[in-house]
Amino acid sequence: MLEYARWKYILVAAVLLLALLFALPNFFGEDPALQVARKDHNAVDTGASQTVEAFLTQRGVHFLKSYIDNGRLMVRFANVPDQLAARDAVNEQFNGTYITALSFAPRMPEFLRALGLRPMPLGLDLRGGLYLLYQVDVNAAVAQALDGYAQSARRALAAVNIPVTDVTAVAAGTNAVRVVLPATADVGAAKNALNSVFQGLTVSSESLTSGSAITGVLTTAQIRERQDYAIQQNITTLRNRVNELGVSEPIVQRQGIDRINVQLPGVQNSAEVKDILGRVATLEWRLVDTQDSPVEALQTGRVPLGYKLYTHTPSGQPVLLKREVIATGDELTNATSGTSQTGPAVNVKLDARGGDSMLKTTRANVDKPMAVVLIEKRRETSDVDGKKVARDVTDEQVISIATIRGIFSNDFQVTGLTAGEARDLALLMRSGSLATPIYPIEERAVGPSLGRDNIDKGVTALIVGMTGVFLFMAIYYKTFGLVADLVLLANVVLLAALLSMMHQVLSLPGIAGIILTVGMAVDANVLIYERIREEVRKGVSPQAAIRAGFEKAFSAIADSNITTLIAGVVLWVFGTGPIRGFAIVLTFGIATSMFTSLMGSRALLTLMYGGRRKLARLSI
Amino acid sequence: MEFFSHQTSYPFMATRKVWYTLSAVLMVVSLASFFTRGLNLGIDFTGGVSAEVSFPRAVNADDVRARLTASGFADPQVRAFGSARDISIRLPPAAKQTATEIRARLETVVKGVDPAATVAQLAVVGPQVGNELKVSAMWALFFTLLLIFGYIAFRFHTWRLSAGAIFAVLHDPILVLGFFALTQMSFDLAVVAAILAVIGYSLNDTVVVFDRIRERFESNRRSPSDVILDQSINQTLSRTIMTKVVTSIVVVALLFLGGAVLKGFSAALLIGIIAGTYSSIYISSAIALDFGLTAEHVFPSVKKEALDHLP
Repeated sequence: MLEYARWKYILVAAVLLLALLFALPNFFGEDPALQVARKDHNAVDTGASQTVEAFLTQRGVHFLKSYIDNGRLMVRFANVPDQLAARDAVNEQFNGTYITALSFAPRMPEFLRALGLRPMPLGLDLRGGLYLLYQVDVNAAVAQALDGYAQSARRALAAVNIPVTDVTAVAAGTNAVRVVLPATADVGAAKNALNSVFQGLTVSSESLTSGSAITGVLTTAQIRERQDYAIQQNITTLRNRVNELGVSEPIVQRQGIDRINVQLPGVQNSAEVKDILGRVATLEWRLVDTQDSPVEALQTGRVPLGYKLYTHTPSGQPVLLKREVIATGDELTNATSGTSQTGPAVNVKLDARGGDSMLKTTRANVDKPMAVVLIEKRRETSDVDGKKVARDVTDEQVISIATIRGIFSNDFQVTGLTAGEARDLALLMRSGSLATPIYPIEERAVGPSLGRDNIDKGVTALIVGMTGVFLFMAIYYKTFGLVADLVLLANVVLLAALLSMMHQVLSLPGIAGIILTVGMAVDANVLIYERIREEVRKGVSPQAAIRAGFEKAFSAIADSNITTLIAGVVLWVFGTGPIRGFAIVLTFGIATSMFTSLMGSRALLTLMYGGRRKLARLSI
Repeated sequence: MEFFSHQTSYPFMATRKVWYTLSAVLMVVSLASFFTRGLNLGIDFTGGVSAEVSFPRAVNADDVRARLTASGFADPQVRAFGSARDISIRLPPAAKQTATEIRARLETVVKGVDPAATVAQLAVVGPQVGNELKVSAMWALFFTLLLIFGYIAFRFHTWRLSAGAIFAVLHDPILVLGFFALTQMSFDLAVVAAILAVIGYSLNDTVVVFDRIRERFESNRRSPSDVILDQSINQTLSRTIMTKVVTSIVVVALLFLGGAVLKGFSAALLIGIIAGTYSSIYISSAIALDFGLTAEHVFPSVKKEALDHLP
């Protein structure tokens, strides 16, 4: 008798059913689509979606379906001309309220979308688009931090009247702040004064011929933290800007230590994109005018002296702010969302200069409102008499107004927000504050037709290759070969499900990885079947041969797969770009092929042969 | 259907000098052509501009090259790939020009050849990216070798088998590199991925043979090592050939149907699979034998303990 534990049957069945569900969205293909988002980043509601639908119907643009996905309206079309006609019409009619982007939408039925399932996104080599690789100047980030320390040190010493010869920030090589004191200075007092400023740094002092020096050195951990922060901040900024471009399914991710890669499907014009991504933004904190009426100022056009009229972006209301700036984004060192005693909050950290100024302001203005202004400078090109004219545009938005609840300096909280608002505000502050310089070092543009061609050829090769393998297995191993074919198919489905679940981008090397995985799965089956044949040749009974085949092949399958797995994981860790994509697919593929060939085929074979009492021979 | 209806008994160990010589010759040829001719490195490694242009009808690559040079593109490499209608153009790294600018200039030139020509793909890669790739590929290879050496030594209790496996792992990529140096096919990132997959495959084969060696040693400690190794390789031969045939079906489909982008990748895989099969049958076990592999190494006999712990 051949038996297999019931829970294993259930596990195999459950995993395969789930896999089938998750892999399902990939089989429906895609339609050309138009993605419509609101310019002010708010979610598109059903009312807006009905307006757009009605407008398209009225214009006679035929569309298949429209739905709201992640706060954006997706409209699916049967063909590209319809899609283009719709884009032009919507841009013309709703310019200013909506941003449109050409995109692809999965053709899958409604219930799959309702379940939140998605197909694997396709890489740029398969879909066409623009790939940019940015280098982040992490050394500049460290230098900025050191400058902050130097400034604070100068201030701290001046506050206690200690004479200073020189304070320098040395970024290259040493990552140190060096304070040089004249012989007349009291080194002990200076050290005390610097205690709080140099907190966390490795501090040393030495005596010089002309006096003495105190040096604070950033620890490796602090440098790494500073670099990580700079990268993270730049990623947030880039992501926000990419969203503004209205590109659908963009990818912005860290690559290696100091790189950021940006992938924009469907975008072909790199000059415009690079212009927007590379621009600089900053933040300002200002006091709000509580005496004059901003509505009146807006209506009359007369703004009180020393004030400036703004619009509070979240509410759309006008607001008057003092011209005097309390602190700027240059002085912001960190902004994170968290919780305070009264609820969600944004924790803001400023450097010493910003902290001083904030202290003075809050001392005099408790219980008065303060605003955060986001200022963006960008270059806009427009056509004037057929010529491209570039001009610098400054955008100013009031992103938050909060009441000053007490006296604080460089470390404070903004409260009175919902958790979502706190997260958004922290993100806006971080992304708005001046980022570390970045410069593009690589760019690739893949034409959409080449992408199409790549997919077609890759898929044809895949189908022909797989059919060849299936036929060969069925001829060579007869019934067992058919079982192996089913197992191979299950393996591909399982792998597709895993990759879809992880939202892993599928590119050409990934397809190659899938094909290789099929090879590994075949190998596992061959190992088992060859063992079964050996046992049968020895004259062992069919069912005992099956059991022995699985048992004896196990160590070979496990050891050989684990060695390949080691190679896969190393590539995953060390590889970048395409190599990494390949390694991820290979690593998952080894896992799925081990599962399907060890458990799946065992379950199937036991089901087929396990209960048969008079089994004379196996069809192998 | 079976390829090997009877158990084979080829004398792999007795003839190993022949196979060593063959491998040595192949490796020397590969290394010699690698060092004399070098690889035709793709843009991923060299940096620069790479473009693919489609023409509606066949064009002369020399003509395109002449026109590019005439319009100020220094040192262009122009080659047809696939058909004479698809032309690949490589240019040295361009300073301070965006892809869009280069594309516009390039389009003017190719439209001069044929107004219906289109630039299908364009990439600008900085040379330092290329350099980093080399470094990270080297590290990846180093760590792969190290970890695999450790894993095999752990699972099979002897470094002799690890040494055999590592030799095979080095043997196969060298032959693939030699192939690329000889044919001057473009060596890009996809080929690197293929070589790494080849390492995986070759290991897979080698470890399956080792697994059988371990099993044979366990059941038969008395037989001489070379007999055990011959038996192990012969017993797994059917599986080794079978798996490679099946995998090759897919790789050959990729090679001929996968398009230009997958050509280098699939060629590297095919060469690697052939080399890997060869090395795992003829070389890796033989090396372990020459390092003095015995049953004692794989299954150390348990030391007799004292009868009891009393003095």
